[in-house]
Amino acid sequence: MSTQAAQEGDLAAVIGLEVHVQLETATKIFCGCSTEPTEEPNTNVCPVCLGLPGALPVLNEGAVEAAVKVGKAIDADIPEETRFHRKNYYYPDLPKNFQITQYDEPICRDGELEVSVEGERRTVRIRRAHLEEDPGSLQHVGGGIDSATHTRVNYNRAGTPLMEIVTKPDFRRPAEARAFLAKLEEVLEYLGVFDSQRDGSLRVDANLSIIPEDEIDDEGAISEETLADANRTEVKNISSHKGAETALAYEETRQKNLIRRGKGVQQETRHFNETHGSTVSMRSKEEEKDYRYFEEADLPPLQVSDWKERIPIPELPDARRERFEEEYGLDDESASKLTSTKQVADFYEDVAESFDPDLAATWVADNLLGELNYRDMQITDVEGRLDEFTRLVELVADDEITTKNAEEIVLRRMLDEGEQPDDIVEAEGLGKTGEDEVAQAVTEAIDENPEAVADYEDGDDGAINFLVGQVMGKTGGSADPGTVNGLLREELDD
Amino acid sequence: MSIFISEETVEGADDGPLAGTTVAVKDNISTEGVRTTCGSAMLEDYVPPYDATVVERLKDAGADIVGKTNMDEFGMGTTTETSAFGATENPVADGRVPGGSSGGSAAAVAAGEADLALGSDTGGSVRCPAAFCGVVGIKPTYGLVSRYGLVAYANSLEQIGPFGSTVEEAAALLDVIAGPDERDATTRKEGADSDYAAAADGDVDGLSIGVPTELVEGADEGVVETFYDALDQLEAQGATTHEVSLESVEYAVQAYYVIAMSEASSNLARFDGVRYGHSGGYDGNWNEVFGRAREEGFGAEVKRRVLLGTYALSAGYHDKYYKQAQDARAWVKQDFDEALSEADVLASPTMPVPPMELGESLSDPLKMYLADANTVPVNLADLPAISVPAGETDGLPVGLQLVGPAFGEETIIRAASALD
Ligand SMILES: [Zn+2]
Repeated sequence: MSTQAAQEGDLAAVIGLEVHVQLETATKIFCGCSTEPTEEPNTNVCPVCLGLPGALPVLNEGAVEAAVKVGKAIDADIPEETRFHRKNYYYPDLPKNFQITQYDEPICRDGELEVSVEGERRTVRIRRAHLEEDPGSLQHVGGGIDSATHTRVNYNRAGTPLMEIVTKPDFRRPAEARAFLAKLEEVLEYLGVFDSQRDGSLRVDANLSIIPEDEIDDEGAISEETLADANRTEVKNISSHKGAETALAYEETRQKNLIRRGKGVQQETRHFNETHGSTVSMRSKEEEKDYRYFEEADLPPLQVSDWKERIPIPELPDARRERFEEEYGLDDESASKLTSTKQVADFYEDVAESFDPDLAATWVADNLLGELNYRDMQITDVEGRLDEFTRLVELVADDEITTKNAEEIVLRRMLDEGEQPDDIVEAEGLGKTGEDEVAQAVTEAIDENPEAVADYEDGDDGAINFLVGQVMGKTGGSADPGTVNGLLREELDD
Repeated sequence: MSIFISEETVEGADDGPLAGTTVAVKDNISTEGVRTTCGSAMLEDYVPPYDATVVERLKDAGADIVGKTNMDEFGMGTTTETSAFGATENPVADGRVPGGSSGGSAAAVAAGEADLALGSDTGGSVRCPAAFCGVVGIKPTYGLVSRYGLVAYANSLEQIGPFGSTVEEAAALLDVIAGPDERDATTRKEGADSDYAAAADGDVDGLSIGVPTELVEGADEGVVETFYDALDQLEAQGATTHEVSLESVEYAVQAYYVIAMSEASSNLARFDGVRYGHSGGYDGNWNEVFGRAREEGFGAEVKRRVLLGTYALSAGYHDKYYKQAQDARAWVKQDFDEALSEADVLASPTMPVPPMELGESLSDPLKMYLADANTVPVNLADLPAISVPAGETDGLPVGLQLVGPAFGEETIIRAASALD
């Protein structure tokens, strides 16, 4: 198209994603080495993942199981048998100078994933998803990729199972691509095959092209010709949801500007610079890449026809959200929040089992998640302490402490200081019986010290300190002086 | 002109079926702590940190390894002359090549430097030197012997195979190395409890031998005469022979070279100077550095095959070359299956020619490729074959090749042992 362009009329962006996710398996995809991240370079390695001459790959069926789970979750077709190919290219992080991947017989085809963008639900079609091995990693020393004096190669990552998930060009806005990535991660974490906290676990290549808006029909479909006519760019080096949105927004503006100024869009690969939020041309001879795919004879085809039935997957977020709405009578917003991760949903169900589901929802969705979010923490950071939070809800449910104290004092100290709820209640004298004692002592102090009361009422503010001291004496020092001060003023100012 | 690239002894276990036996190992089979060069300057200093499965099995069986034998660079040759370490002379034919690519291994057995030897056979690399040196060599069914630790040339075609002075000795070595290996996903359960040595009983009474006319027609006259004399011996012992036709073999050499070179272009890609070969010291970007390391580290034949293989897999040529070669391979397999449904074994001269003179074929690669006409179809079909001495022509050894059905090693060993 290039200059189809300058034409009047609105322009629309067409976006597709290629998402690489690291699958969580104990060992690498073609050898027995651990996938556990280690500091020391080149320690989780063996002849196979180092690509030593003569070493042969043996497929880790755990990686295939994980892929089949993903296939089920995205409602994809899984073939009778699956096989591997070699993708040939030279790069210093690639031990064999070819990557074992899947080509025309991927483990998953024609799936879909429902995404919610600003309250609107959309179905994104997934063209294919396949398994492959991760290369090693490079560390450039003494500069960037172009200016480094030398480069260190670390093969610890080499052979980590990757799944590449390729969508159809179903996104129109960068925000949709971001929402898709968030949803995909959520589903993968539900399946227990992915860890979003792991460094480098998500890598995205994003395609974007611009077409005249009137080429999109009423159903939202775009013809193959229109897509083929539009020059697109592929943006690499995206490693987060936010990064995807930023990179695509930059590309959309850049391409639209070029077209509006009557200039063509160059079909090319661009590099996302996360610091600047921009994309730059890689200016290499990338466009002519020929990977010379051919079958990997060292790995016989694997029969997977019955794996779909054989391998169970847990209840997924959408189904769980709907069940929460029905079973616990929650509204859509709470149910969505509570099903955002498997850990949160599991925890909510634990709490809701023993207490009122509404109370449980308020405590988990609003209070706990709110305070965690404020502290930039995740549910996984407090996973081992969920019993303590259940105890906190119990204290509120049994009316042993006030909701206000529970929220503002106990929960915060639990998160900030790592203390137990009962210890905090005790230390702060927050038990409701304790409050009664303080109130009793306040009444007594007022009754027993009419002179001080009169001085206070005459405007001698210092008299209040004397009364606070009296109350503190009666409560054996367990009351909070500030609270006592407040209570006294409340009584006296009436 | 040396048989060994590295003469180093590795002692095996104190007892076992091969205790007290010496074995020479082709230099493309990984030996922990002993350099494994593949006959290439690229791997001149490469010392593997691990043993190939077959080497482990040799040691466990009590064999003593006496050295790593000379070979065509990365197995790419039919004469052992493409080795970066120089040629090897045929111990039983002065001034002649020992065949290849496992020429050093066959020569070691023929010269008495070792009792037994291991080679690898991608398109005839065990059978050809066995025939040229007057010893026995077996190319097992694809998947019978683990390739773990065998530096790959064309991984869909090759198998490690044994050499011996007699069929029984070669079969005994096959017993040790055969059987499944969890480190090679292409191995099968067959061969786990084999007793191939016991099959070498010379009993061919009632054996039906098919003779593919296409594999005899093009051969040298003296070779054909020796071949038929050997068949007469088998018939005299009760075997019957009949002619069969393998129409597909006309395309086998082309198909073989396209597949082998394509796979080689990928298998040898890792030798880029980063971890092997003449690394470092070059200026320029990665591609330039890789290119320089490969230019210096590889010999002419390797470069030729890697280039042609890269070309055959390239977009626009993939369908014309690589895919067509795969179709031809399927046809060859089918042809052999049909021929073997009416015969127990198929017999032909192993090589259509007697051993060439040293230096003769280096200048004419096409002639060298055509010398593989009788051996490569067997690799395309994944079948087992044995080369056994059939006699001599003008004082030069001639080998007879017997091909059996998949995992029919016992049948070809029994038949070949009748010529011992
Ligand atoms: Zn490994």
